[in-house]
Amino acid sequence: MAATKEEIVSGLAEIVNEVAGVPTEDVQLDKSFIDDLDVDSLSMVEVVVAAEERFDVKIPDDDVKNLKTVGDAVEYILSHQG
Amino acid sequence: MNATSRTVVVTGLGATTPLGGDASSTWEALLAGRSGADKLPEELFGELPVRIGAPAKVEPTEVLPRVQARKLDRSAQFALIAAREAWADAGFTGPAGSVPEGASEPEAVPTRVAAVVGTGIGGVTTLLGQYDNLKNSGPRKVSPHTVPMLMPNSPAANVGLEVNAKVAAHTTVSACASGAEAIGYALDIIRAGRADVVICGGTEAAIHPLPLAAFANMMALSKRNDEPELASRPFDAGRDGFLLGEGAGILVLESAEHAARRGARVYAEIAGSGVSADSHHIAQPDPTGSGVERALRAAMEDAGMTAEDIDHVNPHATSTPLGDTAEAQALHRVLGERASAIPVSATKSMTGHTLGAAGAIEAVFTVLALHERLAPPTINLDEVDADVDLDIVVDEPRKLADGPLGALSNSFGFGGANVVLAIRTA
Repeated sequence: MAATKEEIVSGLAEIVNEVAGVPTEDVQLDKSFIDDLDVDSLSMVEVVVAAEERFDVKIPDDDVKNLKTVGDAVEYILSHQG
Repeated sequence: MNATSRTVVVTGLGATTPLGGDASSTWEALLAGRSGADKLPEELFGELPVRIGAPAKVEPTEVLPRVQARKLDRSAQFALIAAREAWADAGFTGPAGSVPEGASEPEAVPTRVAAVVGTGIGGVTTLLGQYDNLKNSGPRKVSPHTVPMLMPNSPAANVGLEVNAKVAAHTTVSACASGAEAIGYALDIIRAGRADVVICGGTEAAIHPLPLAAFANMMALSKRNDEPELASRPFDAGRDGFLLGEGAGILVLESAEHAARRGARVYAEIAGSGVSADSHHIAQPDPTGSGVERALRAAMEDAGMTAEDIDHVNPHATSTPLGDTAEAQALHRVLGERASAIPVSATKSMTGHTLGAAGAIEAVFTVLALHERLAPPTINLDEVDADVDLDIVVDEPRKLADGPLGALSNSFGFGGANVVLAIRTA
């Protein structure tokens, strides 16, 4: 069953917490991974791989650069999840 | 001491070793003659011919913040922990360039600070762990942090980042001489006027079944699987190879002028270094010890020391049958009759052999021995090898004389690398 928007946000928050140590409550839709959440370009790959596994979605490398904010990632996953 | 820009002193010490999570607890355990040896976990090492080692006393992941630790190979974790200790011990309150409260200038200028950290093997546990990920879960599960974690210059780069060193982040790689070579190179950098402060040393984290099997198949390791604490026995007639240890040793070296200007506490002077290559065999030591002899003579000449100036030796002495005797004989040729009367502390009897960290950890010991005027003991010396005629300090630490003291710290590596550091009281 596809994840809801709320489930995706909280799932991403757990992933970002694991990768970058940012408190889960700070992971909000308008936050930028790189500028606000201490996720550098290498750690972003970790976030993407963990999200792919968790939400049964493929995020090709070419699409990763468009995922600037948590909101971008949530929308992408919502519309691509299997 | 005549403090010129060519005089290089030690102002900070840090270590994490099989004996303790910092320099002072390590030193305390060393003086007490404790062994850092242990049996290795059965589930990982049970099939191996050698199932003993000297693991770090304190797990680095329990010291570093989780998010930082997960992006660092274990060798870089050790280096960073020891570097933080050494930097703070030197009296720096923040990274180079930061201005302490109430001061008008930084304690050190980033463009006058360098980092030199050696390793023998580099991020081998990262490499092997990520290979397991590749095989078991496919290429997508190989961490994007793999390369910056496993590259051999990762410890130097991370230490450099930590203290904001902008002159350079160098890595010396000469197997078990790497840590000593880093200190020798740091000495050169300050003498050449390239930097005022160099944070330097060595690190290693290779207690993993693959390196252990490889060293065992070279016949390099002790097989005393049932008595790990008796396995490392340098100069003893019953020695049968080394005990694999892990950890890091880091020193802050500084021009005497710079140290004096900021009123830093000085432990000792790094008076000289000597380097040579055996050019004999890729892994076996030259049984004549001629390369070792040349490195010893070079270090003493560089320091302006004669045999009369040497009051303490921390030998390489790993507990291998060939190496220990060749080293003892080389010491005799260089130091003459005095070789039989200088207190020698074979500290690998307690730490095991920490490979690329060993030269730096032992430099920390040698500096402390001079500063505290106390030579640590050697353990497990039940019957001295008939070919070894040295005054080895056994069981209890021995008081060193008052007045100026000089010491040598030896480190030799596979590939025929020999590095000797000459150290004296400041």
